[in-house]
Amino acid sequence: MLDENKVPLIQVEDMKKYYPVKGGIITHTTGHVKAVDGVSFSIMRGETLGLVGESGCGKSTIGRQLVGLETPTEGRIYYNGCELEEIRKNKKEMERIRTKLQMVFQDPYSSLNPRKHIYEILAQPMLYHHISEKSTVEQDIIKILDMVGLPRTVLGRYPHEFSGGQRQRIGIAKALSLNPEFIVCDEPVSALDVSIQAQILNLLKDLQKELGLTLLFVGHGLGAVNYVSDKIAVMYLGRIVEYGEAKEIFNHPKHPYTRALLEAVPVPDPKEKKRGRKLLQGEIGSSMNPPEGCRFHPRCPYASERCETEAPVLKGSVHMTACPVVLSGTEVASHG
Amino acid sequence: MISNDTDRKFMKQAKGLRRKADISSESYIQTVIRRFRRHHLAAVSLIVLGVIVLAALLAPVIAPYDPNEIAGPFGGAPSKEFWLGTDQIGRDVLSRLLYATRISLLVGVMATVISTVIGVILGLIAGYFGGVADMIIMRFTDMVMSFPYILLVLVAAAIFKPGLWNIILILGFVDWPGIARLVRGNVLNLRETNFIKGNIVAGMPLRHILFSEILPNTVAPILVYATSVLALSILDEAALSFLGQGVQPPEASLGNMLNGAQSLTVLTTQPWLWIPPGLLIVVIVMAINFIGDALRDALDPNSGR
Repeated sequence: MLDENKVPLIQVEDMKKYYPVKGGIITHTTGHVKAVDGVSFSIMRGETLGLVGESGCGKSTIGRQLVGLETPTEGRIYYNGCELEEIRKNKKEMERIRTKLQMVFQDPYSSLNPRKHIYEILAQPMLYHHISEKSTVEQDIIKILDMVGLPRTVLGRYPHEFSGGQRQRIGIAKALSLNPEFIVCDEPVSALDVSIQAQILNLLKDLQKELGLTLLFVGHGLGAVNYVSDKIAVMYLGRIVEYGEAKEIFNHPKHPYTRALLEAVPVPDPKEKKRGRKLLQGEIGSSMNPPEGCRFHPRCPYASERCETEAPVLKGSVHMTACPVVLSGTEVASHG
Repeated sequence: MISNDTDRKFMKQAKGLRRKADISSESYIQTVIRRFRRHHLAAVSLIVLGVIVLAALLAPVIAPYDPNEIAGPFGGAPSKEFWLGTDQIGRDVLSRLLYATRISLLVGVMATVISTVIGVILGLIAGYFGGVADMIIMRFTDMVMSFPYILLVLVAAAIFKPGLWNIILILGFVDWPGIARLVRGNVLNLRETNFIKGNIVAGMPLRHILFSEILPNTVAPILVYATSVLALSILDEAALSFLGQGVQPPEASLGNMLNGAQSLTVLTTQPWLWIPPGLLIVVIVMAINFIGDALRDALDPNSGR
């Protein structure tokens, strides 16, 4: 956004994804789950965008639309300036771009076929897409395994023989094996032990730098997301409420919801408890029937009457917030 | 004493650990064989069935007489010459039994293969594509399942003229709904797993996803179910042939050998005519069912040991 000449690698315009809800005696659509409701953002080449929010806020849904597992109900996705929907119509183009968009899944236990050994899991897509030839594929795989920190001895083994962290490394290797430009990391560490999480995060960070990858990092912990991301988008109930540089958001949150998320980050200091943190009350609203006006207002400590009727839009140039009661610096200062 | 005890405990633990290490390095097939062998009944069944199959395959070599040749007295009791006696028109019962087993096993296996292929294909389509295809296929499946199928088989047998291949086809087209349902359920589960999604994201073609990713993960339950279909088909063939709508004489099958036992005199005075084929059916079906049971345990990927 700072450099107008550069075309963003991924650009999303007003994306909406509604899932129909069926019911009734004679099955018919009774309503829609508005998982993503009008989201726009862009990711520059070589940049990592972190997407945070509570479970069910639609962040994983965005990831699925971007890699083409699902198609958005409305809105456009541009890849390298070309609309994804247009590319999909042209089979040859689609074939070319298909491998450029990859995904690392949340649960490393179900993301590898239990009946295949690692060599098969990694080699088959590479051979199918002619990324490697039969004679060289083993060398190529060993190179990739080396990148993710696994020895070549894993090739003949089955997924159940590995720990969660190792499986996630294999999952990352699988995504990398197709020479992608863009990888969606769908909560890649939330199923892992804390000690392993750091390893995987570092691995992702290093790989991103080394290969010049562009990442969308989906997560619900601000700490992990902040660690790997350049920019962060905070989501609430299908909408982005705050967007900006990771550091800026982490240090100077403007939206009450972001503030609440940061308050919830545990601090390893027992004295901290006494400082009385403001924790969010209530549950995330229904995405079938979201609250009128600002979707956060029923839980917002700063909500006014205006918030109940008027839906705020993202405002600002670098650090954008969708809140009329933008918090001033003094209130934030207490957080450090 | 105490130290001895703890020593022993420790040794036991160490042994357990070593065994665990062994397990982790063995292949899937080895695990399955090891688990299967723990079911002694199934292991014995496998041997029994093996002997029966071998005898059936080698019938032309083993059989002392031509099964359709009139070789001895009418309704002769077992003797040195005719181990299992002769039937009402003087054919050797042992020779006929060997050839009958051949026919019955052929019917069972072929019918199972046909119904498995139909069931797997329909189940895959219904489960993976869902929507209208799923609805049409599953309603059709329900229809076939809810039909009293002995009646269906009888009607079909009457229309298409009873005979060996017709029986195979009829049984094959009747037994598939169970497999179709089973496969569909499994595919519905698998379709939502991350590794299938990963393959879609990796741009793998549909045939790869269906036959290389999904199918191998449903083989175990299919195999288990197929054993019960095999047992059922053999029973059905026997029933049909007993009713005279199955394999036609003079060709022998286990079912039509029992046909003679419809008369009370045979039942009471010539037990060698019906006990051997009846017993053989029981043994074959039981053996297959035991094997299927053990397979279910052995192939279960969720049982750790």
